[in-house]
Amino acid sequence: MIDLICITCPRGCHLKVDEENGYAVSGNACPRGEVYGYNEVTNPKRVVTSTVRTSSREYPRCPVKTNGAIPKEKMFEAMALLDGITLETPIEEGEVVIENLFETGIDFVTCKAIN
Amino acid sequence: MTYELIVVGGGPAGLAAALAAREKGLTKILIIERDRELGGILNQCIHNGFGLHYFKEELTGPEYAGRFIKMLGGTGIEVMCDTMVLQVTRDKQVHCINPERGYQILEAKSIVLAMGCRERTRGAISIPGTRPAGVLTAGAAQRYVNIEGHMVGKRVVILGSGDIGLIMARRMTLEGAKVLACVEVMPYSGGLQRNIVQCLEDFDIPLYLSHTIIDIRGKNRVEGVTIAKVGPDRKPIKGSEIDFDCDTVLLSVGLIPENELTRNAGIELDPKTNGVAVWENMETSTPGVFASGNVVHVHDLVDYVTGESKLAGVAAAEYVKQGERSRKNAITVKEGKDVGFIVPLYIHREAMDAEIFFRVRRIFDKSVITVKDGDKVLAQLKRAHMAPGEMERVKLSRRLLDAVEGNEITVYAEEVDE
Repeated sequence: MIDLICITCPRGCHLKVDEENGYAVSGNACPRGEVYGYNEVTNPKRVVTSTVRTSSREYPRCPVKTNGAIPKEKMFEAMALLDGITLETPIEEGEVVIENLFETGIDFVTCKAIN
Repeated sequence: MTYELIVVGGGPAGLAAALAAREKGLTKILIIERDRELGGILNQCIHNGFGLHYFKEELTGPEYAGRFIKMLGGTGIEVMCDTMVLQVTRDKQVHCINPERGYQILEAKSIVLAMGCRERTRGAISIPGTRPAGVLTAGAAQRYVNIEGHMVGKRVVILGSGDIGLIMARRMTLEGAKVLACVEVMPYSGGLQRNIVQCLEDFDIPLYLSHTIIDIRGKNRVEGVTIAKVGPDRKPIKGSEIDFDCDTVLLSVGLIPENELTRNAGIELDPKTNGVAVWENMETSTPGVFASGNVVHVHDLVDYVTGESKLAGVAAAEYVKQGERSRKNAITVKEGKDVGFIVPLYIHREAMDAEIFFRVRRIFDKSVITVKDGDKVLAQLKRAHMAPGEMERVKLSRRLLDAVEGNEITVYAEEVDE
């Protein structure tokens, strides 16, 4: 039995994952907890948020996020990909900054509109 | 011209209050914000996890703010950015100043105070040592890194395990810094469990509970710190010292509601929270002046700030349209043993319902929350786990409020065996 704390939402459910029983999850208050518990012991994933440079003097950084969770061990690699990028203003919220990270189908997208 | 409502502060609290008041029929609404843009501290909170309750999806801070800023479109709500409010008076005048229009005195029929909170600094907790550069509050560092694009250090020790400190531990690590330790004076973290997992454990950052910084060294820049274990009296224990070579110390040692305006207006504050003392509809001791968000008490989740601020906006609209609510026979809410503080402090007798927020003083396993009117039990709720870092909520329905015979109810937290 593996004890985990669900990080999907701030409620922080105390999960138990039974690795001898098909990774059955208990202690979750919602279905998202079940998915998290299973993934966390089989293939842990995280959403990565950071910023990229912009061409604006007033707003030199634009926040970005992965629009889904990527494998946890790829976090630093994903961060490095953002280093050389400069976004030209105007920037819309939800613009794709890097497409299809590590063939996961997940993109880095902007989180803020900057004029 | 007289505004129907002036909202002081354009963060999540102010935005939600203004929009709720607009929905309830107020048309002359002004939001005053001292920063150059709306959104408040959400703009620098680029991490995700916002909005799970309110929008049922996981957003970053800028996205959460962006949704409310978009909702302003077409409402006719006026916004004044770059504007500092200097004074709010009892007769609802708002004195403010900005570079374009200079000093202005604006009149309002109602006011929502939504100034938020600010961080405790090194001075507030008196850490010994020299005074080099490189000692920052976690929120200041967050602004430098996320908005202005400046790294603040390479080898970092974080004092305090509040959520901002934890979030910055991860952020600094992802940006290439080495976070050597997160040091917490209490025997438990003040942050959310999920942040301990995804910000510290994910990156193998050690959390030193019951420890504190006893020395900061360095002439121009921080060169190192010494931490030590503390006893139950929170005093350092000799022989337990650990030295760290670091160039940066980030402080995440608590937030204080920003209430200079409130205090100067003669509005009652709650000494337990340093926040505004409010009624269940977020009204302050001055009728027609309301308060919501972190200026009342420091919230864990912006979703709850939004909910509470909508109450304030609705109540402001009610005040403007229907006049003052009777304060006769008010119900006072008191905290029982192990309950740290309570919001609201007062409930109007004719309130439709009332939501009570509180924090417990220590960690609880299986426990019950009991709301009592004298010896009579009004409501009982079970909890599997409670911690000071996690705000508790109890909703009292109209039916329960009707059952209150006295003028005082008390909220108790008790552990139960089984």
